[in-house]
Amino acid sequence: MKKYLIYILNLLLIPFFANAQGVDNLLRSNGRIYVVIGVILIIFISIILYLIRIERKIDKLEKQNH
Amino acid sequence: MVLLFYTIIGGLLVKIPNLPVLGETIRNLFFHVGMWAVMMTLFTCSVVQSIRYLSKMNIRYDIYAHNYASTGILFGLIGYATGALWMNYTWADPNAPSYSFSTVARDPKLIGTAIALLIYFAYFILRQSIPDIDKRAKISAVYNIFAFAMLFPTIMIIPRILPSLHPGQEGNPALNFKDVDSTMRLIEYPAFVGWTLLGVWIATLKIRINLIKEKHFIK
Repeated sequence: MKKYLIYILNLLLIPFFANAQGVDNLLRSNGRIYVVIGVILIIFISIILYLIRIERKIDKLEKQNH
Repeated sequence: MVLLFYTIIGGLLVKIPNLPVLGETIRNLFFHVGMWAVMMTLFTCSVVQSIRYLSKMNIRYDIYAHNYASTGILFGLIGYATGALWMNYTWADPNAPSYSFSTVARDPKLIGTAIALLIYFAYFILRQSIPDIDKRAKISAVYNIFAFAMLFPTIMIIPRILPSLHPGQEGNPALNFKDVDSTMRLIEYPAFVGWTLLGVWIATLKIRINLIKEKHFIK
């Protein structure tokens, strides 16, 4: 649960970290296509982490049954 | 059967949003707006199951409602995070202090969605605070209906009354025919359907796990 909360906080803090100069220049280059990539990455990472959490629950259930 | 059907179609359609289209950050339309479409669908499913619980009093519907809502929250959070990133590179201007991140973050649409998400967080806290299963199911079903009643005013009606930078002031954002051209719409609708099926699939996975876990309580 604690890990999960830290993860949510990190997600909400992304725009503040993105203000660092180098990342900022990269994200503004090439018609800001990297913003789209960032958005896709956020979605992908979040969904994968969520699925991993579900998998852990299945693991627990399996241990209980055997 | 229905669950498997969802799994197959969801798994196949998820690839569709990756198709490249014209525009640069406008491509986010398929991803960012898709997240909100999923969230609204899942919350609608959740409230339907809550009403079913209240009429049938079967704990199975409570499990449905709870898991639809928790998956909906996930997509709401992703939608918020992606929106924050997108907004930081479109609305906020580093050279003009009046359009800095902290000023554009006061947009009514953002505050409205934050309120809606917090209302749903309260739903989970309420659930956790009641140890008795039947009482928890009953109270959270009623709360869920009220939360759903607040969802659309906070994310759609109030932001449209106030001046906002967020598009979609005079109608449904991304669904009207004026601001999305026909090629994009070809990608957009399958993308929304694909994301929605993915969301429903994840929710059904959680539901199945919880149905197994609570086997002894279900009639």
